[in-house]
Amino acid sequence: MTKSEFLWQLRNGLQGLPRDDIEERVNFYSEMIDDRMEEGLSEAEAVSEIGDVNTVVAQILEETPLAKIVKEKVKPSRAIKVWEIVFLVLGSPIWLSLLIAAFSIFLAVYIVIWSVVIALWSIEVSFVACALGGFVAAAAFAFRGNVLIALAMLSAGICLAGLSILMFFACKAVTKAMVWLTGKIALGIKTMFVGKGKKND
Amino acid sequence: MDIQLKRGLLDICVLAAIKSRDSYGYKIIKDMKPYIELSESTLYTILKRLENANMLTVRTAEHGGRLRKYYHITEIGLKRIEDFKDEWKEIMSIYQFVTKEEEDND
Repeated sequence: MTKSEFLWQLRNGLQGLPRDDIEERVNFYSEMIDDRMEEGLSEAEAVSEIGDVNTVVAQILEETPLAKIVKEKVKPSRAIKVWEIVFLVLGSPIWLSLLIAAFSIFLAVYIVIWSVVIALWSIEVSFVACALGGFVAAAAFAFRGNVLIALAMLSAGICLAGLSILMFFACKAVTKAMVWLTGKIALGIKTMFVGKGKKND
Repeated sequence: MDIQLKRGLLDICVLAAIKSRDSYGYKIIKDMKPYIELSESTLYTILKRLENANMLTVRTAEHGGRLRKYYHITEIGLKRIEDFKDEWKEIMSIYQFVTKEEEDND
């Protein structure tokens, strides 16, 4: 890939971010490639050392706050005319409710994801509580001389303690996966706003 | 390495790379390479963060028929390095305590 191809793809991938931000990023990578070529690398080598352009774009988006992207998206590219304002106000029962619905869907997805995590940890807590309960009950029955029931309680307690240990690692793994997933969803939402927009060209 | 810790260390490394004289993006990456790997996008974010914290200033100068950005450390940046050295002394004494405990137990 040539330098200009790389920079062109970078610029395209970042469409939707504030114009100044894009220029600064493009100049930064341009300088990085030039400096490598000055060291004696060929153009293709210099570009490939920077890495895959899509990875670079994804990294930049991950670092850019969602609020900044949305703000840039809703910022009108020209002054709003009076009749447009009238339309916006008259149409608010429609677009406002659609906006609220879209927001609610995202919120619902988020809550569902974290409900899974909370549910799993609740099971973990109940396992631990039941294991402890089993031990206490075993001690109480043993104290009353009811050895068979005490043994049953003790073994139930040990089983639950074992389950709770396994469950703990499962919960940890799922929580980690969910954190990763929400990160990916955030990146997905950002790419919905950024990248494809060629209308500014 | 812990992400927060690494982030903090990278900031210091970049400041150290421009401490003795002004430097530019690619040179910073090259100077740090034997010690710690740094990608371009990470460097960009760090430079922005340090600039916003007034720890460095940026100037654009002509170089070989094109423009290149040079980064200059400020007093605040120099102080950050000194603070880091003091903090690290504390951490080193804690490290010595931790390893000493392990030796005693062996």
